Amino acid sequence: MAILTLTINGEHVSGKDDESLLDIARQHDVHIPTLCHLDGLSDVGACRLCLVEVEGQSKLFPACTTKPQEGMVIRTDTERLKKYRRTIIELLASEGNHQCAVCVVNNHCELQNLAYDVDLQYVRFPYLYPKKELDATHEDFVIDRNRCVLCTRCVRVCHEVEGAHTWDIAGRGIDCTIIADMNQPWGTSASCTSCGKCVRVCPTGALFEKGQTVAEMEKQRDFLKYIVHARQKREWVAEQIEEE
Amino acid sequence: MKPRVATVWLGGCSGCHMSFLDMDERLIELADKIELVYSPIADVKQFPMNVDVALVEGAVSNNENEELAHLIRRNAKFVLSFGDCATTGNVTAMRNQFSPDEIIHRAYVELAEADPTIPSEFMTIAKLLPQAKPLHEVIPVDGFLHGCPPTPDQIWFAVSELLAGRTPVLPNAYLRYG
Repeated sequence: MAILTLTINGEHVSGKDDESLLDIARQHDVHIPTLCHLDGLSDVGACRLCLVEVEGQSKLFPACTTKPQEGMVIRTDTERLKKYRRTIIELLASEGNHQCAVCVVNNHCELQNLAYDVDLQYVRFPYLYPKKELDATHEDFVIDRNRCVLCTRCVRVCHEVEGAHTWDIAGRGIDCTIIADMNQPWGTSASCTSCGKCVRVCPTGALFEKGQTVAEMEKQRDFLKYIVHARQKREWVAEQIEEE
Repeated sequence: MKPRVATVWLGGCSGCHMSFLDMDERLIELADKIELVYSPIADVKQFPMNVDVALVEGAVSNNENEELAHLIRRNAKFVLSFGDCATTGNVTAMRNQFSPDEIIHRAYVELAEADPTIPSEFMTIAKLLPQAKPLHEVIPVDGFLHGCPPTPDQIWFAVSELLAGRTPVLPNAYLRYG
């Protein structure tokens, strides 16, 4: 492990070579919006919200999956990036069926908060109103694919933390969809342990507990860092992490 | 002359208008400042000419909504999308995954307790468009008021700005879906 020096938005900062640009930016209080990233899960660069500009490179890089290099000059908040971020939120809105008014996580939704961050007054693209399936066959939980943004947090937490790998993605492009096991009703899944981790990490109301009504559900995602810490360091120190 | 204000109810639940009425005593102040020329709460049949400000609630859901939307654009200087249904389609657009025929059948036949008949022979009933659309997908819109419904404070802010001759730039704190 080596310590590198780089420049973020004109400030000289240092970071470790095994960290991501996102990690380093956050350590220095530089805010980069994210959606698919969640502390405790691997990064996949799916949502593209954390794209940053790297001097000397024409293409943009997702901060969550890009490692630092000595002398790198990075910008995180240019007009071009702001424009792209707004466009991404607009595309997510137009490609799903997000009716905040009737959603369990209304006012506690990461997609909503991102829309506010980019001051999304309206969506410039025509809404597609895709036909998506809702699956309420599980005893305790529901997946409403109308609200899914395909961040794959559920897929990753189920595979990486719970070790069940119930969730996966089927299809391509606009037809991408989250499936349980061999694309079967969730309630019939043999691998699902009903642990509920997927429900808790979901940034929107796509996964929710039965019995929750509009704006009632607030997701607690802290559990993940305790579990990951316990596994990596072989110690259970939930309270200490909370204090940090 | 007082500014001529219209409020319109397209494909929505009228909740935005209820919130408008929730401005309470501010309505008295407003009544002194404006001339309300068209509204669900005023008995006016035809959307008038020379309207200064139109607050339009609801998505564009049937052919009557669509015609009225174009008339509003022709006759009003400033058109404000009033609430989430006008801005995003919201609940009104939840039917868009189904065809109009499926929806009509569901409402008038499957769920009918007596006399399951599709009212197609009545000429007065507006025809559903293939999909309900947010207002700005049908006509150009000058501003947006979010929320389901927008709060009385949001509405008061927007209307006050418009009456002062300014385009309302709603602060980010007023940006709230749902």
